[in-house]
Amino acid sequence: MMWAAIIFTGIGCYLLKIAGLSVPAAVLERPVVQRIADLLPVALLAALIAVQVVANGTQLAIDARLAGLLAALVALLLRAPFIVVVLVAALTAALIRLL
Amino acid sequence: MTDVPYSEPALDRIERSAIIRDGIAVGVATGAYGISFGAISVAAGLTIVQTCALSLLVFTGASQFALVGVIASGGAPLSGALTGLLLGTRNTLYGLRLAPLLAWRGWRRAAAAQILIDESTAMSVNRETTEAARVGFLSTGLAVFALWNLATLGGAIAGEALGDPRTYGLDAAVGGAFLALLWPRLKDHRNQVCAVLGVVVALSLVPATPAGVPVLAAAIVALVIGTFTHSADPTEIPSRDDLPSGGERHS
Repeated sequence: MMWAAIIFTGIGCYLLKIAGLSVPAAVLERPVVQRIADLLPVALLAALIAVQVVANGTQLAIDARLAGLLAALVALLLRAPFIVVVLVAALTAALIRLL
Repeated sequence: MTDVPYSEPALDRIERSAIIRDGIAVGVATGAYGISFGAISVAAGLTIVQTCALSLLVFTGASQFALVGVIASGGAPLSGALTGLLLGTRNTLYGLRLAPLLAWRGWRRAAAAQILIDESTAMSVNRETTEAARVGFLSTGLAVFALWNLATLGGAIAGEALGDPRTYGLDAAVGGAFLALLWPRLKDHRNQVCAVLGVVVALSLVPATPAGVPVLAAAIVALVIGTFTHSADPTEIPSRDDLPSGGERHS
C-alpha cells in the first residue's frame, strides 16, 4: 500500500507539473481556478497542522506537541530559518516529556 | 541554450554566474528541509528506501511532508497520497506562469517539469529574458534536486538511528514544519481566514471520520472561499524574497 501511494503521488505530482508547462494557458487561467489552487495549500497545511498537533487517531488530545507548535510560532515571529523552527518544535516537545 | 531568440541581449558572464551562485545558495538552504523531511518520514514509519523514493519521484516538499504527515497521524496511505496531490496543484500554476518565459519544447520541457517547484519558480519568474529565466530555473532546480535528495537520505539514516521518534519530539516537528511552510502565505487576510476555517473543519471531523479524511475535507474550505471571493492573492507566486537565503541579493 505504501509503495502504491508513493508511486501514485510521484506520477500525479509530475503530471501536475508538466500540465502547467504544456496545457494552453486559457484552459487553466480562469480566475476561479487560480484562486482555488492558491487557497488549497493554505487550507490543507492549516488542517495538517491541527491534526498533527492535537489529534491522536480519532481523539483530540492536548500534549507536548502543542507546546512544540507554540515554540515554533515564536521562532517564526523571530524570523528563524526553517530548520531552526523544526528543531525548536522538536526540542520543546522532547524537553516537556522529560519533565 | 541555442534556441534563444536573437532579439534578446545575451546574458553576460558576470550576470550569469551571479544567477547560478544564487541558485546554488538556495539549493544549500533547502538541503536543511531535506534533513527534517528524511527524519520525519522514517519517524512516520516509512523505510529509508521509501523515504528516498518520495524525494526522487515526488520532489515537491509540501506534498511529501503531507503524505508522511497523514501517515504519521494514522491515516491510510491513499488519503496521504490524495492530500499530497492537492498540495501539488500549485506547481501547475507555476508552470502556467513560466511556460511562455522558459519556452521549452519536447524532451527539455518534459525534463524541466520534474524540477518545477517553489524555489525554481521564485528564481526565474521575474527575470527579463528567456535565457536569464532558464539559467535561474536550471541552476536552482538542479541544486535543490541534488541537495534535497542527499539531505533526505542523511535525515532518514539519522532518524532511524535515533530510535523512538517521540523521545526527540520528532512527532511535534511535523507541526512545526507545516507551520513554517504555511507562514509566508499568512500575510494575506483571506489566507488567514482560510487557514482558520481549515483548522475548524479538520478538528471537528477528527472524532467522526477515519484519520486522513479531516485534512482532505479542509480542501472544501478552499473551494468555497475561492468560488465566492474575487480578489487575487498577493502571496500566490513565491518571490525571491520568500526564499530562506541567497535569493535576496540581486532582487
